[in-house]
Amino acid sequence: MMANNANMTVEPVEAKLESPISIRMKLMWRAFKENWKIFSQSKIGMIGLYIVVIFAVAGFIVYPILANTVWKTTSLNAMVSYNPVTGYDFLQNNPAPPSWAHLLGTDPLGRDVLAQLLYSTPREFMLGIVAALITVIIGTLIGTVAAYFGGTLDTFFMRLADIVLLFPFIPFLIVISGMMQVDLLTLALIIGLLSGFGGITIVLRSQGLIIKSRPFIESAKVSGASDAYIIVNHIIPNVMPLSFLYMMFNVTGAIFSEAVLSFFGLLNIKMSWGLMIYTADTAGYIIGSNIWNYWWLWLPSGASITLLCGAFYFIGRGLDEVVNPRLRKR
Amino acid sequence: MMLKYIGNRILQIAILLVIYVAIVFFMLHAMPGGIKTLLISNPKLTPQAQEAIIRAFGLNQPLWLQFVDYMKNVFTLNLGISFSYYPTPVWNIIAERLPRTVLLFTVATLIAFFVGFASGKSLAWNRGKTTEYVSTVVGIITYTIFTPLLIFVMIWFFGSFLGIFPLNQFLNPDLWIHTRLNAQIVFLYILMTMVIIGAVMMVSYLMALRFSHKESTKKMIFYVSTAISIVFALFLWVVSPIGIYGADILWHMVLPVMTVTIISYAGNMLVMRDSMLETIKEDFITTARAKGLPDKVVRDKHAARTAMLPVVTNFVLSLGFVVSGGVITESLFSWPGMGMTLLDSTLAKDYPLAAGALIFTGIFVLIAHLVVDIVYAFLDPRIRY
Repeated sequence: MMANNANMTVEPVEAKLESPISIRMKLMWRAFKENWKIFSQSKIGMIGLYIVVIFAVAGFIVYPILANTVWKTTSLNAMVSYNPVTGYDFLQNNPAPPSWAHLLGTDPLGRDVLAQLLYSTPREFMLGIVAALITVIIGTLIGTVAAYFGGTLDTFFMRLADIVLLFPFIPFLIVISGMMQVDLLTLALIIGLLSGFGGITIVLRSQGLIIKSRPFIESAKVSGASDAYIIVNHIIPNVMPLSFLYMMFNVTGAIFSEAVLSFFGLLNIKMSWGLMIYTADTAGYIIGSNIWNYWWLWLPSGASITLLCGAFYFIGRGLDEVVNPRLRKR
Repeated sequence: MMLKYIGNRILQIAILLVIYVAIVFFMLHAMPGGIKTLLISNPKLTPQAQEAIIRAFGLNQPLWLQFVDYMKNVFTLNLGISFSYYPTPVWNIIAERLPRTVLLFTVATLIAFFVGFASGKSLAWNRGKTTEYVSTVVGIITYTIFTPLLIFVMIWFFGSFLGIFPLNQFLNPDLWIHTRLNAQIVFLYILMTMVIIGAVMMVSYLMALRFSHKESTKKMIFYVSTAISIVFALFLWVVSPIGIYGADILWHMVLPVMTVTIISYAGNMLVMRDSMLETIKEDFITTARAKGLPDKVVRDKHAARTAMLPVVTNFVLSLGFVVSGGVITESLFSWPGMGMTLLDSTLAKDYPLAAGALIFTGIFVLIAHLVVDIVYAFLDPRIRY
């Protein structure tokens, strides 16, 4: 009876203590809710988020559905193929203006523009996000390590960042992609690697320096935490919001670079928004007054590039108001 | 003090240059699939020929020796011979094209800076009005628009719809066919005129600072000497026989300059707006207003000058971005500068020319960076190193 009683008193205490993980999750959820409140007040950020969501839905959900139902080549419409790369519509002269069969018309090679547009969307997302992730991982690591250790390491990486900042990016990518076969993943890698050493390290280093001087770093050191532990568990989580902000701007940069390179026909890819304009341009449909007669060849893809680049930039501006309280409205 | 600062900056830029060339070297030459593979990958080459190529280009040497050789070649302007313009040396082509890019960018970035500065200033001052909203949106659109798209629309609007600007040329062949004049020489004269006018403006500004403490006299000295030098230069151009050719080149320059300006002004404008918004909240602005100073004085003398620093930093940092946008602009307007050379040589697989153009584009950006730094140190009394 006594033993039972003792057990009864001990158990509730243990049950009351939540596991550290669930506490952390709750804290994160609360922080997320608070930041979301600030973010959702910024009009520009919300517009960006809506545009990104629309593109994501169109690319990741709508396209696979359409490709497997309406656009599937059957014996009934064997003359019309909606394949974005190899398709051809034998029933009309190409390029054809928008019609019910082709909502955005066809390109000079007889392929459906809407199918091309939707087919490219997930690839643009992947490219942008992979490149930005690489950039942010490298930038965060270098920035925090440089801030924490200082000295020669710091000077070296800061000078390197100086030069990468001044790097004529697009010319460099043009020469590289002219010399080797660059596909989407390679391009994401190159962009990510190059910009990872650039301006982002300077920003994250200065943020890291602010955090390094806070008292809790001192107390962590006193309680015997190693350098690596402090960087990973204390400094990096605190510069994370800023890294996330810069990730958005890097997505914009990566998508834009890809579009420019494929617009010049330098990439080894099957289809992308830039390539759609390249196809129309080399076939001579965008020159001079022709431009409005064949608007469906360049406007959907050009507008998509602009909108998606702009949307990630807008999200960045919205996040800027979360991260940087001084920018909020009075 | 000033000389020491400039010396320091030059040294830093020189080091950055070496690092830049090193990055380009290792990216183009030392990576698998770099220039070496390209040179010997032709299946028609016999093993002996491949061997000969490897020896001729020094590709069998250790990497660091290759790098030293490369560095030496770059700094003695020995960049090899262009494949597509055989047998013209790469350096001759670059020496011909570089001034065109320099002129295009100097004019465009200066206009973009002043337009961005002025519009950002008034945007922040008129916060909450419709004009602020509209011009911010327009600025963001031009900032994020896909550059080729913008250029297509510009070409259509000015070239075919209005038909007021010439397209896709550096000069008008109908006019130039009757003369033995070299376009390059006329072009260099234009560049020289601009440099001289710029120098006169700079010197008169510094003179005015020394000469008088009164604001109005300072302004008068500056404006009068600038006006005199511009009028004098215009007069010389009008009476000289090459005047019409110079005008032709400038006429062809308008559209590319306009495009580069549109691409790059918005960045300056948005940064100026943000920085100005922060400055307005400071106490000294409230003080200035409480003193009863006119609104315009508070805006231009107190707020804008303080808010300028981030804008200049952004301006310096955006040079690389502007040059990138310039490659697209140049090649779509057929403006035969560095950007077009770079793209064309890449597409033609003319690797020596492409690598040379890339290196000199970088050098151009670095030197522009240096010039902006030095000019800024002269103009801003707060910077004293």
